[in-house]
Amino acid sequence: MKTRISVPCLKTNLQRIRQFIVKTLRTQQLPELDIHAMVLAVDEVCANLMIHANKCSPRHSIEVNIDLSDSQKVVFDIIDHSQGFDIRQHPDPDLQEIIKNRRKGGLGLMLVKRIMDDIDFEVKDNQAIVRLAKHLPGR
Amino acid sequence: MVDIQTIRDDGYTVLKIQGEVDASSSIQLDEALAELIAAQPPAILVDCTGLQYISSAGLGVFMSYIEELDSKQIKMVLFGLSDKVRHVFDILGLDQLLQLVDSQEEAKALLT
Repeated sequence: MKTRISVPCLKTNLQRIRQFIVKTLRTQQLPELDIHAMVLAVDEVCANLMIHANKCSPRHSIEVNIDLSDSQKVVFDIIDHSQGFDIRQHPDPDLQEIIKNRRKGGLGLMLVKRIMDDIDFEVKDNQAIVRLAKHLPGR
Repeated sequence: MVDIQTIRDDGYTVLKIQGEVDASSSIQLDEALAELIAAQPPAILVDCTGLQYISSAGLGVFMSYIEELDSKQIKMVLFGLSDKVRHVFDILGLDQLLQLVDSQEEAKALLT
């Protein structure tokens, strides 16, 4: 099964994306804690793209595709029309440094990397695609 | 999406968060915490029993005040986190940097 949502790049739409993912993943009898973690990881990537790559412009849109066709994993494609960014190239911040400098940002991509098993990034046909996969062992 | 109330009690102030704190609503948590810290209460107990979701934007708010709370000697304890919310703190190891307990009673006990 494949399913998708597309919303304008407004932070207030993050909740809609989360609700869409929860609704989709609850059809798969997955543990709630796992569903919540995947929702969080996708939310972090979407927030990052909306804010940094699309400057929260409602004229730009962001799309989330969920692919459940492989019973061993859930695959999320997060697509926008920016240059995107390669999460894998982004170094993890030092938590003590964040505290010392009283920074509020920098934790999101660290969460994504710790939650998801595979992270890929490509730019093709004027689209930036972040692909996140979570393996479902024992299914 | 998020409702934040400040309840003053004897010796501490409770910051009660209800709803979802994400990139869109974290500004409300930031403003409420900034205002509360400016009033210099002896301690802040953050009631998370109604907190349904927190993303890095919300975590970042708490992290960004650790230094100021330390310098003003204001103790902050978070209590009543659901398993899902607690998991988010644990993933990043923030349970080592912030005080997280189960109940308001436990949080109060840490103040004495």
